[in-house]
Amino acid sequence: MTSRYRHTLGTTTYHFDSLAEVMAKASPARSGDRLAGVIAESAEERVVAQMVLAELPLKVFLEEALVPYEDDEITRLILDEHDPAAFEPVSHLTVGDFRNWLLGDEATSDALARLRPGLTPEMVAAVSKIMRNQDLILVAKKCHVVTAFRNTIGQPGHLSTRLQPNHPTDDATGIAASILDGLLYGNGDAVIGINPATDNVSQSVKLMRMLDEVIRKYEIPTQSCVLTHVTNTLEAIESGAPVDLVFQSIGGTEATNRSFGFGLSDLAEARDAALGLKRGTVGDNVMYFETGQGSSLSADAHHGLDQQTCEARAYAVARKFEPLLVNTVVGFIGPEYLFDGKEIIRAGLEDHCCGKLLGVPMGCDVCYTNHAEADQNDMDNLLTLLGVAGCNFVMGIPGSDDIMLNYQTTSFHDALYARRALGLRPAPEFERWLDHMGVFEDVTAMRPSREVPAAFAPSLDRISTEARDG
Amino acid sequence: MADETDPAETTETAVVRNPWRRLRSFTDARIGLGRAGISLPTSRLLEFQLAHAQARDAVHWPLDVPALCEQLANCGEPVPAGEPIALHTRAEHRTMYLQRPDLGRRLDEASVERLSQTGDDHGAAFDLALVVVDGLSARAVQEHAAPFISALAEALAEDDATWRIAPLTVVEQGRVAIGDEIGERLNARAVVVLVGERPGLSSPDSLGLYLTWAPRVGVTDADRNCISNVRPAGLALTEAARRLRYLLREARERELSGVALKDRSEDDVIEHAGEPGNFLTD
Repeated sequence: MTSRYRHTLGTTTYHFDSLAEVMAKASPARSGDRLAGVIAESAEERVVAQMVLAELPLKVFLEEALVPYEDDEITRLILDEHDPAAFEPVSHLTVGDFRNWLLGDEATSDALARLRPGLTPEMVAAVSKIMRNQDLILVAKKCHVVTAFRNTIGQPGHLSTRLQPNHPTDDATGIAASILDGLLYGNGDAVIGINPATDNVSQSVKLMRMLDEVIRKYEIPTQSCVLTHVTNTLEAIESGAPVDLVFQSIGGTEATNRSFGFGLSDLAEARDAALGLKRGTVGDNVMYFETGQGSSLSADAHHGLDQQTCEARAYAVARKFEPLLVNTVVGFIGPEYLFDGKEIIRAGLEDHCCGKLLGVPMGCDVCYTNHAEADQNDMDNLLTLLGVAGCNFVMGIPGSDDIMLNYQTTSFHDALYARRALGLRPAPEFERWLDHMGVFEDVTAMRPSREVPAAFAPSLDRISTEARDG
Repeated sequence: MADETDPAETTETAVVRNPWRRLRSFTDARIGLGRAGISLPTSRLLEFQLAHAQARDAVHWPLDVPALCEQLANCGEPVPAGEPIALHTRAEHRTMYLQRPDLGRRLDEASVERLSQTGDDHGAAFDLALVVVDGLSARAVQEHAAPFISALAEALAEDDATWRIAPLTVVEQGRVAIGDEIGERLNARAVVVLVGERPGLSSPDSLGLYLTWAPRVGVTDADRNCISNVRPAGLALTEAARRLRYLLREARERELSGVALKDRSEDDVIEHAGEPGNFLTD
């Protein structure tokens, strides 16, 4: 190809062979793109690539597929379902002008919502590469993606949490202890979601029943999820298990998802099965997806794309199935993809903004592993920034320590910090429950009660006796 | 309702304590931490910082290779006596190692040279190569590799079959797959890699064991069997040695490893007999 993509800076002319190369080299630096060999070779080349990208018309992404249409069902999904009428207001813009438009006053929340079906993941990935962190925050804040099952998540001014009571051996007592801890700290309105210790169906069904019993007994306006493979959940539904949400990890290329052991038709089938159970009371968003930059490279399925573009393509998969929750597990994958706090924070803001622009109910697992150059302060920063940006939900776990997955995410305390510092509130139905059950003595001030709420006291008394005697 | 006799309970002032703290006897999760306002009490904050600091140190502390080689010189028959061969991957330092997993899977030139000089009667294959790799926790390897290999030697010595084991190797800045190249160069029919695992907040010293039949460069993880969380507070060394011997015998008999070689004795559904269960609804 004779350089359609080139830029002259002084006496040097930079050439880029393909749109994919422009996208990759325009990406803010991160270790995963270095590992893939697609990163800009110098800081100057990166900015030149950004300049080239800014000059490209948005339409180019409808004409030139980054992953071939014939080879990839996600490319087909993106292009086949693109809505030209919705795209019309921005169809004449370049990527650079699109950034200006997004930041401008014409781009109201309503206008952005109408635009969603007209945007492709590649368009939003492209514009995000030339946005600063504050742009990513400001634009995301204007995008309201509200979903519902037994409560309503994502309304402006609200921040929900997934209560994540993981235990290394799925021990029921240990899980119940973490659930109690989380509920009494006002967490769990997005979902009570367990990563099971093993991957077999009967174990998952056992956990599904346990969560269902807890939610019913205490009449908690929330939903449960056991994060097992979509085919396992389908089997569980067929065996009569009480499934609220269907979980699956998803990626942005067909080959990534094949490596995860599923295709789009599996998601459609599982969603239909979950809808058939009619367990939602205020809405019927029944899917819970997790994503994260680097998964396509990790599966050797990235087609030479940068990891952030692959990630944005995963949101096209997500939005097709109208999920309740989409969670970018940003720092879990490790330093070979996102090296340090700076890269993790940038990726978290990109993912949140791109997802929201596409109409996906984004939350974020604000997290890191012990071999990443990151710590609690970096997580405080990202949590605060995402709270400002209007993130739908974050994780909540006892003391930030996931004793099963061996990584650190946000704690029950952190959620209360973010709500207090930024004036954010839990899902409205859940907030009423916190008040009515006496879990919080002052829900407006986000102040938990000093005493154990009456409904929980008998169980705690009984188990405490056993703890002393045992 | 707070239990004044609970030694794990904080005595800090200005802290609201959580009566359910005593449920810590059922889980390692950091529940019932109490709160200062809605934030972590100082003591809990510092406990966490200490655990994270230890995990970080485990990732960054370099392996003391001479000390480890000395420890490994006499693990007992059938493990050959003598100092192990010290090797290094193409990842020159820790920062490179963390960003470039591919470099941690291949030996550097000097190591290839050193390995090729291994004095041995060429031709006859070894039954097994044992490769000790720092991985993400040199501390795990430093503390547990030698006692584990001694335990394994004892287990293998009791086996009906004779195990002809290659000279031990110790690798710096290595990933699991480094065992493929080493096993291939040593002409071993099977390789077991002992590697420091990614440290958890409460487990900075965990050793992982990876068995690969017919090691060669390019083997995928689907062809390996793994025994994880080997450490005194996790899976005991002798128990791990027993399980590994089982896998080694199976691999040798069936001439394969990986998904096809699952330990069928493991129960799929985990039962917790005698425990209180879900006390929230029971």
